[in-house]
Amino acid sequence: MKAEVLQVQNLRVYYQTAVGALKAVGGVTFSLKPRERFGLAGESGSGKSTLALALMCLIKPPGYIEGGQVLLDGVDLIKFSEDDMRKVRLAQIALVPQGAMNTLNPVVRIKVQIIDGIVDHSNEIPKSVLEERVHELLKRVELEPEVANMFPHELSGGMKQRVCLAIAISLSPKVIIADELTSALDVVVQRQVMLTLSQLQENLGASVLLVGHDMGLMAQFVDRIGMMYAGKLVEVGPVRDMFKEPLHPYTQLLIACLPSLEGKRRFKGIPGLPPLLLNPPLGCVFHPRCPQAMSRCSLEVPSLKEVRPERWVACHLYTEDKI
Amino acid sequence: MTALLEARNVTKVFGSGGLFKRKETVALENMNLLIRGSPPSITGVVGESGSGKTTLVRLLLGLLSPTEGEVLYKGRDLQKMSGDERLEFQREVQVIFQDPFEVYNPFYKVDHVLTTPVTKFHLARSKSEAQELIEHALKMIGLRPEETLGRYPHQMSGGQRQRVMVARASLLRPRIILADEPVSMVDASLRATILESLRKLSQEFGTSLLYITHDVTTAYQVSDSIIVIYQGSVVEIGDAELLIKNPQHSYTRLLVESIPLSDPDRRWGQDSAAVLVSKTSTKLNQGCKFADRCPFVMSICRKNLPPLYQTDRYRAVRCFLYKDSPVIPGDEIGNVFVKKG
Repeated sequence: MKAEVLQVQNLRVYYQTAVGALKAVGGVTFSLKPRERFGLAGESGSGKSTLALALMCLIKPPGYIEGGQVLLDGVDLIKFSEDDMRKVRLAQIALVPQGAMNTLNPVVRIKVQIIDGIVDHSNEIPKSVLEERVHELLKRVELEPEVANMFPHELSGGMKQRVCLAIAISLSPKVIIADELTSALDVVVQRQVMLTLSQLQENLGASVLLVGHDMGLMAQFVDRIGMMYAGKLVEVGPVRDMFKEPLHPYTQLLIACLPSLEGKRRFKGIPGLPPLLLNPPLGCVFHPRCPQAMSRCSLEVPSLKEVRPERWVACHLYTEDKI
Repeated sequence: MTALLEARNVTKVFGSGGLFKRKETVALENMNLLIRGSPPSITGVVGESGSGKTTLVRLLLGLLSPTEGEVLYKGRDLQKMSGDERLEFQREVQVIFQDPFEVYNPFYKVDHVLTTPVTKFHLARSKSEAQELIEHALKMIGLRPEETLGRYPHQMSGGQRQRVMVARASLLRPRIILADEPVSMVDASLRATILESLRKLSQEFGTSLLYITHDVTTAYQVSDSIIVIYQGSVVEIGDAELLIKNPQHSYTRLLVESIPLSDPDRRWGQDSAAVLVSKTSTKLNQGCKFADRCPFVMSICRKNLPPLYQTDRYRAVRCFLYKDSPVIPGDEIGNVFVKKG
């Protein structure tokens, strides 16, 4: 087996506030294998997007990376200077940020915006072939060549999202991070865009980190899931096992409240609210809402451990030395 | 029982573009819809973005006037109501919008949205009675009054804000609630909580609900009947169970197949209709809107807009494939909505 493409080690990202540090990402460890599709799931405010930005070293003040490592092919990106990092972004690791389709410049033609990215992150591509490259990229995301000369307002949401994908793959990165790629699209268009992403990934041989809150989409697309809760990974495992037999109580409750098409039933949300990250509870972050909480849970922070092959859980229920 | 709120052959055309290059967009075409008062019903309206869902809500609220056809509340045209009738309508028909961030004035505490209807519609005789009423409404949807009242909108989460909106709507004991994408901006666990509180509201107060959404799964979970709209026109209406388990219109089938099921063993297949992108229609009555993407398209589909054929007791489909079934006229559309009890 080949080594991991991306390794994240105890990554911590905090935001400076007037009353102390807000721990948006509080020590996250996971890795991405070559050609793997990894889903980072969690509710809003669980730190998914902050984590995605941190992997690109794009955290802006008042946010800062408190510690940890982001190893891309064994090289720590956090130690890179801004100039070096600029050469890595897009060329080796690319991000389609949340709401990317709304960040296209409304007064600039699509072609120019794609070329912008290429030129900014690589100086090896001669100017003469840029236009040709744009057409090839548009074709790969299944858009007509005419789109090159259009403005964003002439495109539908799905088409704009494809343009963002074209920019992301313009320098054939090894890792593509897609943050809420299709949450603004309806199901039919979502399915089209996801099919395109999966073809792109196969052709590039890239790994994909899909960040999102839609568990249905995760079930459809990824190989492994990492569940985030309050800035921490509470469970990591293969997608089938996670849906069939979730281990962490949070994952269990979350999967139980997903609506299905198999007969009607009562809706049941998870009681309580996610904790305030400024003042998180002691011990396990989920214990105030956990139906299986023990006395130990409010005292001791559980660490993410491999309890079965490939199944990682941060929960005292699965710690061997149970009290 | 007659209809409470009814849309009869409603068409809405928006004009856009400049003085010389006038472009028209057909937002809704020949729409028929019926909401019964008793027994209370829950009707889901499902469609992709740009299909005319929000236009429908605005027409049903009387905020837009139809280009053709009429919207009736208790048999009276919304556009021709007297002042008293309008006040009654405003009290009995409530709306919950998609974005729980935009409906609040950030300078007021959240109490403001709750006290305003109480004062305006004279729901309480004293301050303490008003307070009691508000606290009861909040408790009913699972919010603790002491944690909610006295706070500013920015101090609450999106889910909490949306639930305060449900509480506000319930204060007036409305006959109908129009919920326009009420849960599309909240997380899965809160989505369940909010939908459950809407369902409870419907059962306890006998409020009928029109649940407008792009999410077929929750529409199925909540609704008795589902209306599927595609580019401003109804393609299929029917019993939720029937329509989801055995969709008849090609678009409904595509929609149901595209749902990302939370089951890794049942993943999407490849489908040719899914790859084709829809275009917005600009002309009225130009055949079936789904013709360009339909795998079963016939030449007649491109010439005429098919009528609604009643294929089951509780189902009608706008598709020529079912032309052997009887045509159901627009003003009898109420017959295919599921009657409970």
